[in-house]
Amino acid sequence: MTTIDLGLPNIGALDGVPTTDEKQTAKQYTSDNEVRWCPGCGDYAILAAVRSFLPELGLKRENITFVSGIGCSSRFPYYMNTYGMHSIHGRAPAIATGLSVSRPDLSVWVVTGDGDALSIGGNHLIHALRRNVNLKILLFNNRIYGLTKGQYSPTSEVGKVTKSTPMGSVDYPFNPISLALGAEGTFVARALDTDRKQLTEVLRAAAHHRGSALVEIYQGCPIFNDGAFDVLKDSEEKERRIIPLKHGEPIRFGVDKGMCVVREGLTLAVRKVEEVNEADIVVHDETLEDPAYAFALSRIGEHNLNYTTVGVFRSVNRTAYDDLARNQVATATASKAPDLQSLLTGKDTWTVA
Amino acid sequence: MSLDVGSAPHRDTEVRKLDRVVIRFAGDSGDGMQLTGDRFTSETALFGNDLSTLPNFPAEIRAPAGTLPGVSSFQLHFADYDILTPGDRPDVLVVMNPAALKANIGDLPHGAILIINTDEFSKRALQKVGYETDPLEDGSLEPYQLHKIAMATITRAALEETGLSKKDAERAKNMFALGLLSWMYHRPTEGTERFLREKFAKKPDIAEANVLAFRTGFNYGETTESFAVTYEVAPAKLDQGTYRQITGNTALAYGVVAAGQLSKLPVFLGTYPITPASDILHELSKHKNFNVTTFQAEDEISAVGAALGASFGGSLGVTTTSGPGIALKSETIGLAVMTELPLLVIGVQRGGPSTGLPTKTEQADLLQAMFGRNGEAPVPIVAPQSPSDCFDAAVEATRIALKYRTPVILLSDGYIANGSEPWMVPDVAQLPDISVRFATEPNAPDGSGEFWPYLRDPETLARAWAVPGTPGLAHRIGGLEKADGKGGISYDPDNHDKMVRLRQAKIDGIDVPDIEVEDPSGEARVLVLGWGSSFGPIRAGCRRVRGKGHNIAQAHLRHLNPFPKNLGEVLRKYDKVVIPEMNLGQLALLVRARYLVDAISYTKVAGLPFKAEELQDALTEIVKGV
Ligand code: SF4
Repeated sequence: MTTIDLGLPNIGALDGVPTTDEKQTAKQYTSDNEVRWCPGCGDYAILAAVRSFLPELGLKRENITFVSGIGCSSRFPYYMNTYGMHSIHGRAPAIATGLSVSRPDLSVWVVTGDGDALSIGGNHLIHALRRNVNLKILLFNNRIYGLTKGQYSPTSEVGKVTKSTPMGSVDYPFNPISLALGAEGTFVARALDTDRKQLTEVLRAAAHHRGSALVEIYQGCPIFNDGAFDVLKDSEEKERRIIPLKHGEPIRFGVDKGMCVVREGLTLAVRKVEEVNEADIVVHDETLEDPAYAFALSRIGEHNLNYTTVGVFRSVNRTAYDDLARNQVATATASKAPDLQSLLTGKDTWTVA
Repeated sequence: MSLDVGSAPHRDTEVRKLDRVVIRFAGDSGDGMQLTGDRFTSETALFGNDLSTLPNFPAEIRAPAGTLPGVSSFQLHFADYDILTPGDRPDVLVVMNPAALKANIGDLPHGAILIINTDEFSKRALQKVGYETDPLEDGSLEPYQLHKIAMATITRAALEETGLSKKDAERAKNMFALGLLSWMYHRPTEGTERFLREKFAKKPDIAEANVLAFRTGFNYGETTESFAVTYEVAPAKLDQGTYRQITGNTALAYGVVAAGQLSKLPVFLGTYPITPASDILHELSKHKNFNVTTFQAEDEISAVGAALGASFGGSLGVTTTSGPGIALKSETIGLAVMTELPLLVIGVQRGGPSTGLPTKTEQADLLQAMFGRNGEAPVPIVAPQSPSDCFDAAVEATRIALKYRTPVILLSDGYIANGSEPWMVPDVAQLPDISVRFATEPNAPDGSGEFWPYLRDPETLARAWAVPGTPGLAHRIGGLEKADGKGGISYDPDNHDKMVRLRQAKIDGIDVPDIEVEDPSGEARVLVLGWGSSFGPIRAGCRRVRGKGHNIAQAHLRHLNPFPKNLGEVLRKYDKVVIPEMNLGQLALLVRARYLVDAISYTKVAGLPFKAEELQDALTEIVKGV
């Protein structure tokens, strides 16, 4: 089979989307739909963060579109005063792909959950990431099915007792970051609903990435999975457990930054700073082409959140699918003007007089 | 060798004039029978005959050689008048091996011409397909005009000096067969030589070998005198115009390109490879210069999802598939019904259920198209009646989708998808304008300055369509029930009842043309009603019934949802209504339920289209009974 080099020059993250100089506010991004999540749901914090961060992009509001699937999180588009589609279970990345490829002037966001993205819609998610479609995918991970009232999800821990697993779940969970990296994701990050500042930083970085950006957001569901992320909220515990990633900085965390990440054999490990050579502490580089490093980072910590790495794991440049697909249409059009009559007539005709 | 056989004079054979001929080429899947048939078709089209073809091949890419399941055939019917079907029984059967003989001889009427490549008739090959004695020797072929030719041997000998391996040389034997038949039927040959040189442009030695084999076959007829007669079928007296040959799938692809141009919308095809629809993708991916984007998705669901997403953004979203794919797309088609967005769903039917018979034809997805969704989810259905009609059907289906903001299912099938016929090339200036107007201004009737996405056009009931990027009209749509007019989420019982009825009324109100009845006598008491690809066989069957002195009327449905407004009235005029379908009576079920007409269902699900002959028999029986 023949292959052709499709190389395109780098295209800026938000190129093609019309901008405005008008100052925008979070209020303008607020639709008049009454928000209907349960009291205390982590979705509120994410909604607030998105509404207040979007104005800084300076894009025309009508050129931003939110597409979602089904689940608690997927109600999100109704609450944004932008264009939006609340679609069907798991299919948001597919629908958003068609929209994004056909509309270079839109900034397209996908809002999904752990059940929506990783269970029923797993196929669409991995293929959107593989293609590097220019979508910003916010995966709200509450490790439970909320809308259907409390069954275990593909990120629930083994042994979890839920309505559908009275004897404990026997399903082994996905690690969404590892999955996204395995699916060739070019931008993969994690944030917490409870840390507005860090969440906003990650959203900003995602918005400025051309191609697929997957942001996993740990999201509390006080109704069906109460306390699942409590250890990451507790001020003492979180200091011990959360490993923040900052590009170009040594990975250190914990009380007085006394803990660090070092290379060990083929992988990464958490060690006390005092026990290692300072030069051996890993300096975070999100731009590494080889996903093995980011993958190793994603494996630090257990499902029980003994350590939780947050921030941007990987952010590399690869031409977005949208740009490549549109480039073929543009190239074809430039080399051959569309002439419908001649297409229909073809080469071999005969005339009946 | 520089002989231009195309203009070579025929030796002094008797030239018999015929009005129509049916030729079938049959061989092993690896024998290149489809290519041979295609080329003979092109020669015939250029000569100006009317024609109709029926390719018939196994689902396996390379079924075991020499076996019955591995037999591939191509039937071509051509005539000096307008014909309607690929023909029931061949007048000439060309067989390349014992399996092809065994699989096809049953269709050959006594007295017909049978040309056999004898090289493959080894004892082993005969035993493989269960011949206990050699049919070439045992007299069983006596009822036919038998021509035994060692095609592989002759081809190999002719190609000896090309330096090609024995195997490669023998592979060109299909071109030998084509050359011989081209001689027998006075076909023009320049096109085939040009085609071969283009097809094998990168392998000039193979190209020349094929041309040489082709000429060898032609010259074999000319010089060996084993054929005393050649045949002429004069060009058909078709309507004035410029013609080309076209298959249904190509016509669908062109129809989609044209629909994009006529609607002034970019085309976005989201699709997943599936037999027998993949050729539409292949064709469309060659025409990106018409602002056509082709997206080969990860699955059928993503394919239709992406198409719907593109529609949401103001493109003409199209998806192409077959029955199993429609099943997977059902939920998204339902979303398109709910969001009231245009979407063209092309279903090329094949034998079912499940994987069924991927390469064989059937019309058994009508009820799936009609009802295969959760909830009350009406979807218009358009069905083309012949290969070339696929073009008009695609434009018509798109017109409905755009005008009424609805998914539309176009139901083709394997028979017309792969079959071909002459097509009078349309004048683009005469094609309909199907352009749409997007909403650009707030439309709230209460003067609030808001945009109400579910405010309807009072005449068509189509909702206002504003695409993302339009200032001031930002809104959200989705799969949850919407409030009439304003379009917010609504769980209100009365609103739901109203919206269900509105969506139904919108589809019921689509402007489809009245159905026309063909009844030359004006006195028929039996009406034959069909739909889709069975048009040709039904019309041919009716002609034969009339030829025997009976009266019979024919009407054919292009729109299956909604039905033409006059259908009930038409049906009630006749004592009997007969509905032939390649399923177990799906249209009959709909017609009986809708019109309380006691229709007679005549059905067949053998993976092949109806034969005019069998319809003639069945219809004559019924006509005689009234
Ligand atoms: S069920 Fe859980 S996730 Fe859903 S809205 Fe309530 S708190 Fe939020």
